[in-house]
Amino acid sequence: MEPGPLFQIHDLAVDFATPHGIVPAVHGVSLEVARGECLAVVGESGSGKSQLFLGSLGLLAAGGVARGSVRFDGRELLADDGEARREVLGTRVSFVFQDPMNALTPHLTVGRQLVEVVLERGLMGRDAARARSLEALRAVRMPAPESRMGQYPHELSGGQRQRVAIAMALMTDPDLLVADEPTTALDVTIQAQVIEVLRDARDRGLAVALVTHDLGVVAEIADRVAVMYAGRIVETAPVRELFASPAHPYSAGLLASVPRLDASRELRLQGIEGQPPRAGANDAGCAFAPRCPRTQPRCRQERPSLRLAGNRSTACHVPLAGHEAPAGARGAP
Amino acid sequence: MSAPLLSVRGLRVGFAARRTGLASPRQWHAAVDSVDLDVADGQAVGLVGESGCGKSTLARAILALETPAAGRIEWRGKPVRRDDAAVLRGLRREVQVVFQDPVGSLDPRMTVGESVTEALEALAGRQARDAAAARVSATLEEVGLDASLAIRYPHELSGGQCQRVAIARAIVARPKLLICDEAVSALDVSVQAQIVNLLAELRARHGMALLFISHNLAVVRHLCEEILVMYLGRIVERAPREVVFTTPRHPYTRALLASVPIPDPTGAAARPREPLRTVTDTALPPPTGCAFAPRCAAADDFCRGSSPSLVEVGAGEFTACHHWRTLGPWASPRSGREHGPLRKTPRE
Repeated sequence: MEPGPLFQIHDLAVDFATPHGIVPAVHGVSLEVARGECLAVVGESGSGKSQLFLGSLGLLAAGGVARGSVRFDGRELLADDGEARREVLGTRVSFVFQDPMNALTPHLTVGRQLVEVVLERGLMGRDAARARSLEALRAVRMPAPESRMGQYPHELSGGQRQRVAIAMALMTDPDLLVADEPTTALDVTIQAQVIEVLRDARDRGLAVALVTHDLGVVAEIADRVAVMYAGRIVETAPVRELFASPAHPYSAGLLASVPRLDASRELRLQGIEGQPPRAGANDAGCAFAPRCPRTQPRCRQERPSLRLAGNRSTACHVPLAGHEAPAGARGAP
Repeated sequence: MSAPLLSVRGLRVGFAARRTGLASPRQWHAAVDSVDLDVADGQAVGLVGESGCGKSTLARAILALETPAAGRIEWRGKPVRRDDAAVLRGLRREVQVVFQDPVGSLDPRMTVGESVTEALEALAGRQARDAAAARVSATLEEVGLDASLAIRYPHELSGGQCQRVAIARAIVARPKLLICDEAVSALDVSVQAQIVNLLAELRARHGMALLFISHNLAVVRHLCEEILVMYLGRIVERAPREVVFTTPRHPYTRALLASVPIPDPTGAAARPREPLRTVTDTALPPPTGCAFAPRCAAADDFCRGSSPSLVEVGAGEFTACHHWRTLGPWASPRSGREHGPLRKTPRE
């Protein structure tokens, strides 16, 4: 068997130097992605979920510093001169971003952009690269792939652009695909198609790290979920267990926020009151305590650590018991 | 039944499309075609469709920001025309709008308080300083913002807070109708839930009517009693909320319902997915027949030859499909193995 997980982040911290001082975005997060697994990292804007992956792959914006350990297939990506990172990134680890228009070059045809991914790295010749491009476009279920090759990004719809972006990410036959909010800018119909494409990729053995705020999308594709809040992981669990019985009140609040077509006649969404804390607000205690319906005095004084129990872990002093339904977390009084 | 607040009949709004060749005539493309729409006092109407279906153009036409090519828009029984200043003044006071981008819809150089005060004075006339300040504070609190935020600038606020400010600006002069154009689409789910609840509360408190435009049927379900589904400029289905979600009569409505992700991994895994077929250029309908035919699995030669009109198929239920009788039963996505007959995306 393969030794160890494919991608392993250990105690990663990401800080940004700003004119107002150092702002921490991620506080000592550890997580793993196994081969062929889809891990979803879920959280609100500003929870640090994107910075976690950008930091672990050396893609932070100016002023950002990542500390900790990131291992891909046993090789350390952070600690050295960046050699391992350069070798791995874009070849064995690919990225898909939220905005498909900005991910593509407007003045090059789809075919040229696809082909260059592999030509640039000297991975194959021009003919093989072209054949590979068509294969990648088929893999993302692009209608009429041959004629797409000659088109420019502006001639495609938003969903088709996102397919091209995913096809580009698949060109090098990577082991890990990091998808950062890949469906957020899209219509529900297109979103359903992109989920399908990602699921196809996962089913072919590609590991997928999906960063999203949408638990509906998570339920459609993820195997395991890590919930992030204010730069820390507050809960990890297999997807079915998280949805069936969230242990952290924040996870429960997120679940209750999703507008649903099914079930309850209750038309009022539960939601979570209040605002997430600003990055850098460094209070003692649990960061979620000010918004939490279960807060106790202890929560405000002592930060709960992430405790492992079986295949789940939770960072909460007063976790929800297993039998409690999500509605047990009262988002509103 | 009393006359509706807003009444739209046979509305057509169009744009000049790209010329196919130098000698060819300029094409005219209808973004909104033959649309009828009524909003009664206090009613919440949802308008659903994909990007490019014309739902925002329809909203802009109602707000007199577009000139219709044909049709009639009436506000309280008076025709809305862009050159009729008196009617426009009344319309501006009573119909307000909230857009998708919460940060972009606020002036970055105005504080929150100045922004809301500006809206109040533009709509309700110049106010005494104290009265205006009190009303602005009360409105900020009403939308769930601390009145102390009045001295902040938009860049100091989160997206959800900015959207609350945009709503405060819209409701400060007590409009009769609030139009929300994808007003929650750009927000995190937790914030989205807060804003949806806020809109429901404001509506209940002030009896304000709502025209809520979205691509997500699940969100619309939480807010609106009547739902209209739009496809390429036309209304293809119109029905009360419960009917749309239990017995959708149009294949497109079924496709939209089947696309909403289900936040339940057990159901999601079991569900057969039938994504909607994509077509090369969704912005242009075929020259003849039903606009949805190229993506519809139920389409036949009759559909491709003749365009269905919106007909009443039950109490308050309208659909524009030749085959509505034979579509078969619809099971809700959760329980459902049964689905509308949607054609799969070709796998090649």
